[in-house]
Amino acid sequence: MTRIERNAVEVHGIVKHYGETRALDGVDLTVREGTVQGLLGPNGAGKTTLVRVLSTLIKPDAGSAFVGGYDVLRQPKQLRRTIGLTGQYASVDELLSGYENLYLIGRLLDLPAKDAKARATELLERFSLTDAARRPAKGYSGGMRRRLDLAASMIGRPKVLYLDEPTTGLDPRTRNEVWDEVQRMVGEGSTVLLTTQYMEEAEQLAHALTVIDKGRVIANGGVEELKKQVGGQSLQVRPADPAQLPEMVRALRESGVPATFSTESELLSVHLTDDGQLTTVIGVLGTRGFGIAGIDTELPSLDEVFLSITGKSAVPAQSRDKEPVA
Amino acid sequence: MSTATLNPAPAAAATGEDDARIGLRASLRHLGALTRRNLMRIKADPESMLDALLIPVIMIVLFVYVFGGAMATNQHEYMQYMVPGLLGTTGLNLAMALGTGLNTDFQTGVMDRFRTLPIGRSAVLLSKMIAETLRAVVAFAVLIGFSMILGMDIAGGPLKLLAAVGLSLVFGSSLMWVSMLLGMSLRSAQAVQGMSMLVMMPLQFGSSIFANPTTMPGWLQAFTKHNPLSALADACRALINDQPVGNSAVTVLVWAAAITVVTAPLAVARFRKRT
Repeated sequence: MTRIERNAVEVHGIVKHYGETRALDGVDLTVREGTVQGLLGPNGAGKTTLVRVLSTLIKPDAGSAFVGGYDVLRQPKQLRRTIGLTGQYASVDELLSGYENLYLIGRLLDLPAKDAKARATELLERFSLTDAARRPAKGYSGGMRRRLDLAASMIGRPKVLYLDEPTTGLDPRTRNEVWDEVQRMVGEGSTVLLTTQYMEEAEQLAHALTVIDKGRVIANGGVEELKKQVGGQSLQVRPADPAQLPEMVRALRESGVPATFSTESELLSVHLTDDGQLTTVIGVLGTRGFGIAGIDTELPSLDEVFLSITGKSAVPAQSRDKEPVA
Repeated sequence: MSTATLNPAPAAAATGEDDARIGLRASLRHLGALTRRNLMRIKADPESMLDALLIPVIMIVLFVYVFGGAMATNQHEYMQYMVPGLLGTTGLNLAMALGTGLNTDFQTGVMDRFRTLPIGRSAVLLSKMIAETLRAVVAFAVLIGFSMILGMDIAGGPLKLLAAVGLSLVFGSSLMWVSMLLGMSLRSAQAVQGMSMLVMMPLQFGSSIFANPTTMPGWLQAFTKHNPLSALADACRALINDQPVGNSAVTVLVWAAAITVVTAPLAVARFRKRT
């Protein structure tokens, strides 16, 4: 039986200029309904600009885009009923309480007063904000504000949710809460477009990834595919005796593991291409009697992803602090 | 496995039209919800209200009791001259709050949130105007009450007093457009406030509010004569003291209409461009 997969978001050749800068330079993107699409790129890559185009906040100079089947240019009002947006900078009214913020949005989404109240209360509960519900949002911590912003974008049960760097600047605990909530929304059938600078976040949440840089898509595919392309995790082993490093590498290579070492950091490293390799490495080193002082695995950083795709570093672009906004 | 675009309502898909028109009832509901929000903002930030009241109160006390004796034969006479004119400016002091509020909404991203909602953008503006007008009405009530406690007579009676308040509000609302333009053009709410003060100070003092222009040098008299705040002060003074209003009220209305005709389209165009 053929399963029909629908696209919640379709973007064709979107271009957006800011003066001489091409913030978006012909971007194509499709997001399958019910999935999380990661949009990975350094600061200034055009992630936020794309999200703003797809939220009808700015008009593209060329190209077309459809969300939930609605044209961003010709059907903005209908499109707005299908989307929710959580920006990098939490857009809640600081003078209003958490409850009043959510109630207001409910009313603006045409919920009857009773339903708007119920929905606000429900979401405050869900985002652990019940205790702070009646306090002005300006007294909220960064994490609480972000949660309130997420709740605000969910009032109308949007089919498509844009999360623009939802965890930037959050502590790990709050970040995990946001991640749990995103997974829950997807479980309830939402489609999510998630922009992030963190490979780890993309790996945690996204089903598919699009990597963009300087307004262009430079890679597209499943998270696993991309990880393979980049080389998956990297394993670092700190030997008990650094003098044994060359011997250890030789032993591993004999077992078919392409290990390298650095005399400077006194570390042995292996790019893991599959999970079995980790066991092999430990096994080989153990049976040969090498002492291990420490061991660590790392996901490839965004920079490594960039390096492997483009052959150049993403770091210079990261020094730019903000993408242009309209 | 085949791929298809998620289809919206067939009619909309067929025509590609944005048929989600916002009906009158929905628009009114949005306007109500946004006005409530703006009033709650005022309530949550009582200092902003205090600012709007404290400055006129200080001015009344300062001018009546410090300069009053020197300016007129007695303080009561000066009070009857100055306070009605100052009351006239209440409407425009508060119009300036519109620009700061709008600026804050753009800066904090609240406007972006509104723009991703299926509401008419005019509701955002109108709700601010309604809230600021209501705030001005409260300010009027407090200032008139305060002036009466100090001993100001309202010889013109309640109807003429209301006419003075109405004139001040009409002129104030024409300045709301100017305030909006400032709010959308300047970088921060503080800059909007500073700029408004910079415009207001010379206009207020270079008018007939505090002193009779005939006592001023000729070049200043020329300015004072054409300053719309002089006409506004003269009209309010005449109404409250039950004197002939002359051309002053009409002059105020003409100014209000002219300011609106010039700045409203500019402000609306800029608002549309930014939203």
